[in-house]
Amino acid sequence: MTSEDTGFLYPFIDAEETDAAALLGDLAASARAKAVESAALRRRSLDECGPVLAAAAAEIAQRFAAGGRMFTFGNGGSSTDAATLAGLFAHPPEHPPLPAWSLTADQAILTALGNDVGFELVFARQLIARGDGGDIAVAVSTSGSSADLTVALREARRQGMYTVGFAGYDGGEFADSPDVDACLVVRSQSVHRIQESQALLGHRLWSLVHRNLDRPDAVSEGQP
Amino acid sequence: MSTAAPAPLVDEALAADLADASLTLARRFAAGATLWCLAPAWEPHAHHVAVEFVHPVVVGKRALPAVALTGPDLVPSVRISVRPGDVVLAVAAADDPVVASVMRRAPAWGATTLWIGNGERPRQGAADHVLWLDDPTPSLPATGGFVLLYHVLWELTHVCFEHPGLLTAAPDCTDEVCVTCSDEGRLAEVLTPSSGLDPATARTAQGTERVDTTLVGPVAPGDLVLVHAGLAISRIDPEEP
Repeated sequence: MTSEDTGFLYPFIDAEETDAAALLGDLAASARAKAVESAALRRRSLDECGPVLAAAAAEIAQRFAAGGRMFTFGNGGSSTDAATLAGLFAHPPEHPPLPAWSLTADQAILTALGNDVGFELVFARQLIARGDGGDIAVAVSTSGSSADLTVALREARRQGMYTVGFAGYDGGEFADSPDVDACLVVRSQSVHRIQESQALLGHRLWSLVHRNLDRPDAVSEGQP
Repeated sequence: MSTAAPAPLVDEALAADLADASLTLARRFAAGATLWCLAPAWEPHAHHVAVEFVHPVVVGKRALPAVALTGPDLVPSVRISVRPGDVVLAVAAADDPVVASVMRRAPAWGATTLWIGNGERPRQGAADHVLWLDDPTPSLPATGGFVLLYHVLWELTHVCFEHPGLLTAAPDCTDEVCVTCSDEGRLAEVLTPSSGLDPATARTAQGTERVDTTLVGPVAPGDLVLVHAGLAISRIDPEEP
C-alpha cells in the first residue's frame, strides 16, 4: 500500500514524515560538509605547523630522554583534549610510555586552588609545586588567551620548562608571548573545528617525539 | 608515520547515521532525557561530550543535561543513574567488555544507546545508533576523529531543536513489527530471584515487573532474560560482545 492510498486519512502524520525525511537529509548533508571542512583545516594545520612541530618534538624528546616530564592543561573541552594528549604519552597503544599528566585530573587540588587563591592560579600553583626546569608544559586553548593558561605558562617559563601552546583563531596571546616556545595555531573561527585539528596536531607531536626517541643519534642532533 | 591521514572521515553512510542519531537524541532531550557518557579506555572523551552539551560553545544554545560516568564499576554506575527514556553514549572499541555489558542491559533500563568507536564494528544491533570509523589504528581515539563525531552530533542535535514539530514523534516502533514494544520478548534484568512461591522481580523499560522463571531455571540479580507475557522465555548473556 502506498502513502497515496491512505495519505488523505492522515494528512498531519504524512506531512510530519515528509518533514522528518527532509530534515534528516539536511542533517546528513551538514555532517558531510562539516567533515570536509574539518579535514581541510586538519590538513592545512599540519602543513602550517610542520616546522614548529618538528622543532618542538626534537626538544621534547631530548627532555624526556634527560628525565623530563610533561604537564598538560586547558579549560572545558580543551581540558579533555589536554588529558587525551597526556594519556597518549603516558598510556600509549604503541611506543613506550612517557611520564605525562593532565593538571585537571585531581578535583581536590583544582577546587582547593580555585577556591582559595583564584582560578587564574589553578595550573600555575601546581607547576610551582611539581615542576622542574627540565619539564615540558603544554597549554591547550582555542582562544590562546585564557588567564589561567597564560599565568601557568609564565610560571613554566620562569622555571625553565619548555612550553607548548595550542591556540585557535589568530593565536591570541600565545602567538606573541615570550612564555611560549612552540605556538601551534589552528587558523579557524570555529571552536569545534579548532579542537579537532588540535587533537591531530597533538597526535602528530606524540608521533614525532617517538620518532626522535627511536633514533639513537637524534637526541643530541635536534631536527628530525 | 602512524598519524591517520586527515581525509574527510564522514562518508554518506556515517552522515546518515549521525543524522538519525541526532534526531533521536534531540527527541529524547525534548522528552526530558539525560545523556550519560562513558569512555572507559579514553575517559576524557566522556567528559568532552558532557561539557559540550552542558556548556555549549555557541552562545544562546540551550544547556542540556549530560553527565560523564567514569571510574571503576561502570555497569552498576550506569544502572543506578539511568532512568527510562534516558540516553547512554559510549566511546569505546567493540570489544570493550564493560561497554558491551552496558549496551546489552540498556534496553532493560529503557535507555537509548549510541556507540562511537573505531576498528572492528560491534555486532549488528549492539546499540540503537552506531557511529563508527573503520580505521583500526589503535591511537585513532587521540587524533580528533571521535571529537569530530560528537561535535557534529551536538551541532545537528541543536539543528533539530529548530524543528520542534518533529521532536514529539516517536522515533522507534514505526516498523510493522516491533520486537521491543510488542510483548513477544522484552529484555529484563533480574532484581531478585524467585523465592518460595514469590516469583522473581526484574527491571524492564516499563518498570519493575514480576517474572515467572520456571522455564529458564534459577536466576540471580543482574541476569538478563527475555520476558513474554510475564514469563522468562530465554536467557541473554550480558558479557557476550
